[in-house]
Amino acid sequence: MATQSPSLFQPALVREAIGQAFVKLDPRTLVRNPVMFTVELGTAVMLVVTLGLLARPDAAQGSFGYNFTVFVVLLLTLLFANFAEAIAEARGKAQADSLRKTRQDTPATLRLDDGTLEAVSSAGLRKGQVFVVEAGEVIPTDGEIIEGLATIDESAITGESAPVIREAGGDKSSVTGGTKVLSDRIVARVSTEPGESFLDKMIALVEGASRQKTPNEIALTILLAGFTLVFVIVCVTLAPFADYARTPISVAAFIALFVCLIPTTIGGLLSAIGIAGMDRALRANVITKSGKAVETAGDVDVLLLDKTGTITIGNRRATHFWPAPGVPMGRFVEQATLSSLTDETPEGKSIVELARDHKVEALALQPQLTGAELIKFTAETRSSGVTLADGRRLRKGAADAIRQLAERAGQAYPAEVAERVATVAGNGGTPLVLSENDRVLGVVELQDVIKPGIRERFGRLRSMGIKTVMVTGDNPLTAKFIAEKAGVDDFIAEAKPEDKMQYIRAEQRLGRLVAMMGDGTNDAPALAQADVGVAMNSGTPAAKEAGNMVDLDNDPTKLIEVVEIGKQLLMTRGTLTTFSIANDVAKYFAIVPALFMAGIPALGALNVMGLQSPQSAILSAVIFNAIIIPALVPLALNGVAYKPIGASALLRRNLLIYGLGGVAVPFVGIKLIDVVVGWCM
Amino acid sequence: MTQELLGILVIFGSTLLLAVPLGRYLATIYRGDKSWSDFLAPLERLLFRFGGVNPAKDMTWPQHLVALLTINVAWFGWAMLVLCTQGSLPLNPDHNPSMTPDQAFNTAISFLVNCNLQHYSGESGATYFSQLFAITFLQFVTAATGMAACVVVFNALRDGAGDKLGNFYNYFVKSITRVLLPIALGVALVLVGQGTPMNWAGKASIVTVQGDSVSVSRGPAAAMIAIKELGTNGGGFFGANSAHPLENPTYLTNAVENVALVLIPFALVFALGYYLRRPRLSYMVFGVMTVGFLLLLAPTVYYELHGNPAIARMGVDQQLGALEGKEMRFGAAASAYWGITNTVISCGSVNSMHDSHMPISGMAELLGMMTNAFYGGVGVGFLNFFVFVIIAVFIAGLMVGRTPEFLGRKIEAREMKIAVLVALLHPLLILVGTALSAHLYTGNPTEYAGWLANPGYHGFSEMLYEFTSSAANNGSGFEGLGDNTPWWNISTGVVMLLARYLPIIGPVAIAGLLARKQPVPESAGTLRTDTATFGVLVLFVIWIIAALAFFPALALGPLAEHFTLY
Repeated sequence: MATQSPSLFQPALVREAIGQAFVKLDPRTLVRNPVMFTVELGTAVMLVVTLGLLARPDAAQGSFGYNFTVFVVLLLTLLFANFAEAIAEARGKAQADSLRKTRQDTPATLRLDDGTLEAVSSAGLRKGQVFVVEAGEVIPTDGEIIEGLATIDESAITGESAPVIREAGGDKSSVTGGTKVLSDRIVARVSTEPGESFLDKMIALVEGASRQKTPNEIALTILLAGFTLVFVIVCVTLAPFADYARTPISVAAFIALFVCLIPTTIGGLLSAIGIAGMDRALRANVITKSGKAVETAGDVDVLLLDKTGTITIGNRRATHFWPAPGVPMGRFVEQATLSSLTDETPEGKSIVELARDHKVEALALQPQLTGAELIKFTAETRSSGVTLADGRRLRKGAADAIRQLAERAGQAYPAEVAERVATVAGNGGTPLVLSENDRVLGVVELQDVIKPGIRERFGRLRSMGIKTVMVTGDNPLTAKFIAEKAGVDDFIAEAKPEDKMQYIRAEQRLGRLVAMMGDGTNDAPALAQADVGVAMNSGTPAAKEAGNMVDLDNDPTKLIEVVEIGKQLLMTRGTLTTFSIANDVAKYFAIVPALFMAGIPALGALNVMGLQSPQSAILSAVIFNAIIIPALVPLALNGVAYKPIGASALLRRNLLIYGLGGVAVPFVGIKLIDVVVGWCM
Repeated sequence: MTQELLGILVIFGSTLLLAVPLGRYLATIYRGDKSWSDFLAPLERLLFRFGGVNPAKDMTWPQHLVALLTINVAWFGWAMLVLCTQGSLPLNPDHNPSMTPDQAFNTAISFLVNCNLQHYSGESGATYFSQLFAITFLQFVTAATGMAACVVVFNALRDGAGDKLGNFYNYFVKSITRVLLPIALGVALVLVGQGTPMNWAGKASIVTVQGDSVSVSRGPAAAMIAIKELGTNGGGFFGANSAHPLENPTYLTNAVENVALVLIPFALVFALGYYLRRPRLSYMVFGVMTVGFLLLLAPTVYYELHGNPAIARMGVDQQLGALEGKEMRFGAAASAYWGITNTVISCGSVNSMHDSHMPISGMAELLGMMTNAFYGGVGVGFLNFFVFVIIAVFIAGLMVGRTPEFLGRKIEAREMKIAVLVALLHPLLILVGTALSAHLYTGNPTEYAGWLANPGYHGFSEMLYEFTSSAANNGSGFEGLGDNTPWWNISTGVVMLLARYLPIIGPVAIAGLLARKQPVPESAGTLRTDTATFGVLVLFVIWIIAALAFFPALALGPLAEHFTLY
């Protein structure tokens, strides 16, 4: 699901988009886009002129066929632009629909206030009602568990096959409609009205019903409208100029000049770019509550990341065996494994796993444990272990606890071990000392395991200008060590929920935009305060309500992707605007000589492309102008690749590709089309 | 030819050498730091006390604009009064008449807006009283207005400016007392030394070597000519402007005048760097302006030095370049340099007839005024440039994946709206004005035959030039246009008014709005605006908006003429 077919143009979607392209010709909807609306006006004028020619031929306006062709090309320009928007919508909708399919009508068991159960359809559930789900059943709608604990298969939503645990109270109390309870039984309260879930909101956003222009889109529309107005002035004033120069201009040429000069390329693709941004977020399994949130994500200056799960993999793990002098490595590893085989804590398990790397197989040791007595960890002894059937006592625990054991038994506590303990602690790790019959065997080093590649990711963020902040419950020393190792810029140690809030506020006071991810109810205020708050889908309803995005995968590193999607969105807008405007240079050189060459032959010198005739020059320019829109749809939908190479280098790169390219491409394109048009005429 | 080129290189070089220290000095006095000119402080205090102004009181951006517009309205009334009654006022030895109301309207506005379009000739159309107390007066105060508005924008771009944007009257008065008066005095002394008149005498009658009896106008010319150049006003004391032998007697005065008119526009760019303590930003601005300037200068110098092929075909030697309409004492290169500096900078004084320049030179001069941001007029040149920077920042910001910001302030819909309106205004005024004129002329060529000395492409250029010059507040004329008619007086008057105040109000408002925003701290993701890459983008934006929009019009005027000629 998360990796749905990347093909841009699935036949079904294309069919739907083509239909929509015609529906969107309605001027009432098109008026929202000033650039394309003026194209529609021009097309209408061309239609009138063409029909007029049918009634009364007029040599000054050119042949019917020529005028009709210009009309058709203009209409195509409009349809292409509409198609771009429609295909973006269709893709977004298809993505959302496949999510929605997971929550079709399912049978639900409603629990009434008096405790009686009643079978209903999931569509009949209302917010606040309570339902029961047994093992093997599908959860009928979004809800919050109020009783019980269950393992749940969320693969329908996340694509992740490992089941997750959800339980009442705490931060993992949310269940999503369409997911399946694998074991146990839960009682949950419906958290959304039908049709008002985040998914429904997202679908409405994509479909355009409730899509609002983002502030940046508004500002860009103003700029584009400004460009359009400049060219309205240019074209309108050209009429008296031409009269003065006694070179009358046909209506077709006027409208062609106008349509070619106004930024139709970006005007036609603008809304598609915005929708595609939300759609890309959705493909990353992030539901955005507004287009603005995606845009803001691109601007984020500070990222607040939880240590566990984001920077480190789960809990601390054994990373090294350090035997005491005189103890062979093989024997030390064996004893350490033996002491941990019955230990259910993550640390214990990780020792067994590490031992496997040292060719010590747990299964082979299992028989030695028959008849052994387990010694559980207590706060008093601060150690755990086993006493084997042959009387051997294996203990592992905090260094000073084992030291006491050894010293009390009159055994030496080797200086090398003490030294190792100090080093491990200094490296941000936790040393566990192992003893056999109170004789110290060595040290097991436990470390937080930093996710592979995370340091590079933070480096990438830094080159984007984003500061990363690690939030952890660890003490400042350990936090500092991990922060340095993972390459984050700052950390909040011994963090309480209020600390996050304070940190966000302080950064915002400095004018920075802050993004964070959270799941718990106590994260809700911080999620609301952050400029971009991504709530995990597993989180509490309060957290999901407070954030402006929901991550279906519950993946804390998702923030990084969201930032990149936001940047891509803005970049795509910027580069296509530049490209569109740069195109004007060539279009001028195609059309202006064509307009005046008949009356002022000397201006043929401006025909640098050597286009064949005024009519073919004009046709070539409008045809180029039309087909560049569908040609750029893939770029608009996929977004311009973001490279974290620093703003100035990025600008240089994009200016070269889209600015210089925007000047050069139409020269080549128009010339080629002119050759083809020449054959046809 | 080498000598001629060397001449313009020396003029450009010496301007630059003077502009950098002047820029630092400007930043010092506007910041209110100690400077050598503090001995003028008592005079300023007296003026402030007289005007009831507290120069230490900070103004918000709307307050600045109200102050600016109010004093401008008062000056307009004063200028109208003087011009309409000058015939009966003193200091009129030649008994020149008062102006007609439409001409007075055009002239008053023209000088009020620092445009100095002249639909009259100084010798016969003005008196010494009006030259001094209306025209020279306005040449000082309007230059100071532009400088003060520019400093308000500098102020707004400071870190943490908020609403504390300084005091308008403070900047205004200091611009006059500390900058314009002292430098103008120096320039005027050079002019007087070279033979420019500075007296109260009326016309002198002389008999020329040819035996003709002519009367030569005199008057308090040197004082006005100094500020005409320094304040990028451009309106001459005599009708022929700086081509007149008394207004610009020698190559030296030509060089001094040419340095003077470019000096403050250069210096203000450097002042920006010193004032904001962002020297690299001023290098970027200066670099873009200079590249734009050179791109216009190079073809002009080339075509002027290579002579007119049509005249060459008549058997006239063109070794010294196209000298028709030029003064021998300046030559083709210095005239070309003068022509371009006076059009990119909205000074608009002339030392040769632009009408006779080669078509490509005429186009370069038109483009200088159409872009109006390569150096530009005192103060307002940077304001125009600032609008293009805002648009460029917006596009560049998007291209690097951030919502756009300039010096840490986000550019949003409101700023874009203002920037787009201001950028739109220029082509609107020029193209609509020219279109209306062309339409009138085409409709009735016999009635308006007096307008155009040369119909055809050149006549079109004349009309286009007149509106471009008005909209750029430049004031130079292509000449050959019969412009003292109600249509031209009133239409260009309206264009000048709109083209002066909206491009001041717009940038001040943008800067004021930006200053109130919460600044965003810089990071590696922030787009730096003081780099060459960004400069290229600004140049690109200027060319696309300000130059390409005029391409069809230029094709019908100078380009058609050029390709027909060559």
